[in-house]
Amino acid sequence: MGHGSMLRKEDARFLRGRGRFVDDIQLPGMLHAAVLRSPYAHARIVSVDTSAAESHPLVRAVITGEMLADRGLAWMPTLSHDVQAVLATDKVRYQGQEVAFVVAENRYAARDALALIDVEYEPLTPVVDAQQALAPDAPLVRDEIDGRTDNHIFDWEAGDAAATDAVFAAAAHVSACDLLYPRVHPAPLETCGIVASSDAVSGKLTVYATAQAPHAHRAMYASIAGIPEQKIQIIAPDIGGGFGNKVGMYPAYLCAVVASVITGAPVKWTEDRSENLMTTSFARDYHMRGEIAATADGTILGLRVRVLADHGAFNGTAQPSKFPAGFFHTFTGSYDIPAAHCRVTGVYTNKAPGGVAYACSFRITEASYLVERMVDVLAHDLGLDPAAVRMGNLLRPEQFPYVCATGWEYDSGDYARALELALEMAGYDELRREQVAQRQAYEETGRGTVMGVGISFFTEAVGAGPRKMMDVFGFGMADGADLRVHPSGSAVLAVSCMSQGQGHETTFAQLVAEELGISPDDVEVVQGDTDRTPFGLGTYGSRSTPVSGAATVVVARKVRERARIVAAAMLEVAPADLEWTKGRFDVRGVPGVGVTIGEIARAAHSDLELPEGVEGHLDASCVYNPPNLTFPFGAYICVVDVDPGTGQVKVRRFVAVDDCGVRINPMIVEGQIHGGLADGIGMALMELIAFDGDGNHLGASFMDYLLPTAVECPSWELGTTVTPSPHHPIGAKGVGESATVGSPAAVVNAVLDAIGVRHADMPLTPAQVWRAVQGRPMRTDLAVSDGW
Amino acid sequence: MQVPAHFEYQRATSVEHAIALLTRHGPETRVVAGGHSLIPMMKLRLAQPEMLIDINDLGELAGITVAPGVLRLGAMVRHADLLGSAQVGALLPVLHDAERVIADPVVRNRGTIGGSVCQADPSEDLAGAFCALRAVAVIRGADGDRAVPMREFFTGPYETVVGPAEVLVELRVPLWSAGSAYLKVDRRSGDWAVAAAAAAVATGPGGVVTEVGIGLTAVGRFLAEEAEDFLRGRAATEANLVEAGRVAAQHCRPTADQRGPVDYKRHLAGELTTRALRLAVERAA
Ligand SMILES: Cc1cc2nc3c(=O)[nH]c(=O)nc-3n(C[C@H](O)[C@H](O)[C@H](O)COP(=O)(O)OP(=O)(O)OC[C@H]3O[C@@H](n4cnc5c(N)ncnc54)[C@H](O)[C@@H]3O)c2cc1C
Repeated sequence: MGHGSMLRKEDARFLRGRGRFVDDIQLPGMLHAAVLRSPYAHARIVSVDTSAAESHPLVRAVITGEMLADRGLAWMPTLSHDVQAVLATDKVRYQGQEVAFVVAENRYAARDALALIDVEYEPLTPVVDAQQALAPDAPLVRDEIDGRTDNHIFDWEAGDAAATDAVFAAAAHVSACDLLYPRVHPAPLETCGIVASSDAVSGKLTVYATAQAPHAHRAMYASIAGIPEQKIQIIAPDIGGGFGNKVGMYPAYLCAVVASVITGAPVKWTEDRSENLMTTSFARDYHMRGEIAATADGTILGLRVRVLADHGAFNGTAQPSKFPAGFFHTFTGSYDIPAAHCRVTGVYTNKAPGGVAYACSFRITEASYLVERMVDVLAHDLGLDPAAVRMGNLLRPEQFPYVCATGWEYDSGDYARALELALEMAGYDELRREQVAQRQAYEETGRGTVMGVGISFFTEAVGAGPRKMMDVFGFGMADGADLRVHPSGSAVLAVSCMSQGQGHETTFAQLVAEELGISPDDVEVVQGDTDRTPFGLGTYGSRSTPVSGAATVVVARKVRERARIVAAAMLEVAPADLEWTKGRFDVRGVPGVGVTIGEIARAAHSDLELPEGVEGHLDASCVYNPPNLTFPFGAYICVVDVDPGTGQVKVRRFVAVDDCGVRINPMIVEGQIHGGLADGIGMALMELIAFDGDGNHLGASFMDYLLPTAVECPSWELGTTVTPSPHHPIGAKGVGESATVGSPAAVVNAVLDAIGVRHADMPLTPAQVWRAVQGRPMRTDLAVSDGW
Repeated sequence: MQVPAHFEYQRATSVEHAIALLTRHGPETRVVAGGHSLIPMMKLRLAQPEMLIDINDLGELAGITVAPGVLRLGAMVRHADLLGSAQVGALLPVLHDAERVIADPVVRNRGTIGGSVCQADPSEDLAGAFCALRAVAVIRGADGDRAVPMREFFTGPYETVVGPAEVLVELRVPLWSAGSAYLKVDRRSGDWAVAAAAAAVATGPGGVVTEVGIGLTAVGRFLAEEAEDFLRGRAATEANLVEAGRVAAQHCRPTADQRGPVDYKRHLAGELTTRALRLAVERAA
């Protein structure tokens, strides 16, 4: 791809500190808001007294659930067929839930006034342990729903249960294992925020928000608040990381809109770190039981999974609405597994809602972790080498397009080639020899470290739609692109996706540049403003390149075809006689006679006579409805050193071979992979939201919710294979989440390989590793205690 | 962004000025040094002082000096200064070991050793190290200076003997040890200790441990006198170092939290004590 690893166009402003984020927005007369949150996980609200707060000299409004109820806004729909309290009226259902919204002349006063609101609570027993949520005596989280008697949300299954059971019954070997993918948080560096500005005269609502999906937000404001859609403009300025945290709507956003209507002034609300970690979309929280059936020599015959999914107090996962467990049914991963079945049960608990976030491709992270852990468990039980078991079961190139047991059609892949490359880069056989020697030395001296090698092979499914299969809030998952070519031949591309750091301004400019033969510097990319961009569903699930990237290529090719007509008029030949070489049309067989795209653009806007029906411009637009997802994949190998005496883990090496099809800007691709690998180390070793018995959130600051630093990350060793997607216009696949999906299992497999333990749940903190060595690993979703 | 409640602010021009201001404005007044413990607590509104007295201008508190038999560290010595001093590293490697694992460079550039010990966080690293070294705190009030051994300095979690109108001015570290070391287990670089152990030893003929100091962090108490009593006068053999670790583990009082359960922390107290002693003895040789 032209201009390859060019430097990122957006970095000029980021590196100079000239980015403009929501919290940088200053509007005249702007007020500041703060949210009063519940200290309890589960409590009835007896009374809310706001009088003292209202008489604070700098406070301009205090909004309560009652006030919203009067406007019919106390509850709002979620993206998963449920409703969520905007401000609590009856009871609070998780610690940190929104109870009141204070608007004041400055941020300090708003925060001060929170302490002046007197809420009387009657504490109730919370549902904390997801595994007890369906117990007959479990307290009811959603007692406001008529007829509800338990905390069950849904049962959902995929695959053929009977056929799978039959395979298991006949199999020579079955391994089973309980696995928890604990609750974690995307934790973007920029927290969520909004500036809502409602103009009473024009009736216009302007919203600056941290929105990964601005058009979806506009539609939701229109539908929830009843504001005419043409009067709503959503502007997502620069976004400092999203990872799914900024897809959905949060209660405080709606409160800010209401507050702006009430006060007639712009209202800013910026979430603080604790609020972000406690209340906005968490990720994972899947309690899984995997069973894998195989022959004695390790040929996988079947995979069966039961999942208990903790969705918190409201079912608010942001995913294609027909898929209550997201794409979890990709859990057969990269292997040729004839029989597979999963059943997922969603439950309510007294925890924050959310569930699909943190670069998970709609729960492929959970699916990939499950299968990659189960393959290692199988290898452990059968005494086989995990690399050999994988190599023996991977899909073969001639099987593509491949329809897996749960119905996904994988577009393309050459899996063995990627795994071979990774093994070779890692020096796998040598590592195994070193491992044996080191283990021996450790056993002789009782000192030092033991080493482990962990492999994971993942297949992703990214780029949702197609629209007939996938929708969010009733909107089919297709995305638009508009391309305008100025008379000078420079261009402005407007897309519906929204970068949160992925480098869209560069990548998409490169796509246009490649198709039109101009410089990426001559292409301006517009995103994140609903008045300036075409409709579409935004950036998450690694869908920007597969969907909006495809839209960009298609629209650029449309422009090129318009240019052909204009060029033909300029050169007085038939369009079919013209030949495109990068940046120009030449008359076939007449060397040196041709025009450049710049000359064509100029001519399109000039007095040149154009054929009947041809308009004088080169602009075009399109909406791209992807025919299928794209299926990037990769082979990861992690090498760790573990100190069994302390449980400390050091990641020594990480080899990552990624195949995301054709790479547009390889440097940006590698940056995405670097970040995802760091995420994987974080989840495998330290990131966690646990709850104590009262439902208190135990990860509400960066002192408690640990993110990996450079110290924990080795120098990544990246490898590349390229297997183009057959249905994407340039053969690209998404890559944003690949490494986050693929890497946790490699790290966990490496640590468990080092200590010779069959399984222990993430995060593998020093305490958990030491406990695992003692044969007593802990449950990590509940507070650490000495009870287990 | 988390924002603190309203407070007043004054800059002290001398220790005496700081003491006068503390006296005048009463118990809701706090000294601010590096601010890396106090300001986060204020932003979370766990602390709401009415007045801050800034002592960052007091150069008189920022010195590192080696006098015969004693290292004198001003209360305003920054973590980064202590880590940057080659002399300190040579005399008392335990302090460099500890500083290397305290927080991150940003915190170390501002945070002070005085602020660290006055904060008296049960997981504070320097507390264990200074206890092991038998350092002495010099505290100044309106009536002059008093000296308090570090082993008597901490009166409970986040509590010290420093009065509301007093300022810690100096730590005096006696130079009796021949070798010392600090080892910490954390969940991630820059995280507070799950557990940590400091050890300092002086050895005599035949490898006999003539004096020993052991300090623990994050396990309920900073002291491990029972383990010291066991080792003092015994040879620094592997078996004795392991036994000293076992004694330290037996007498510590960890509590379970997200850093780990009690059995693990107790194990670590022993394991790290033994390892720190081993390293200290090695360095003494
Ligand atoms: C992200 C982070 C990670 C950290 N990790 C670690 C760690 O791993 N290990 C560790 O040990 N520490 C850690 N710390 C704590 C850090 O070492 C301390 O915050 C810092 O050194 C305290 O010193 P300060 O000068 O900033 O104190 P301040 O915050 O200014 O003061 C702390 C307290 O001491 C009082 N005080 C300060 N100086 C004096 C004085 N001279 N006389 C009387 N009272 C005084 C203040 O009134 C206040 O009550 C961490 C801190 C942060 C922010």
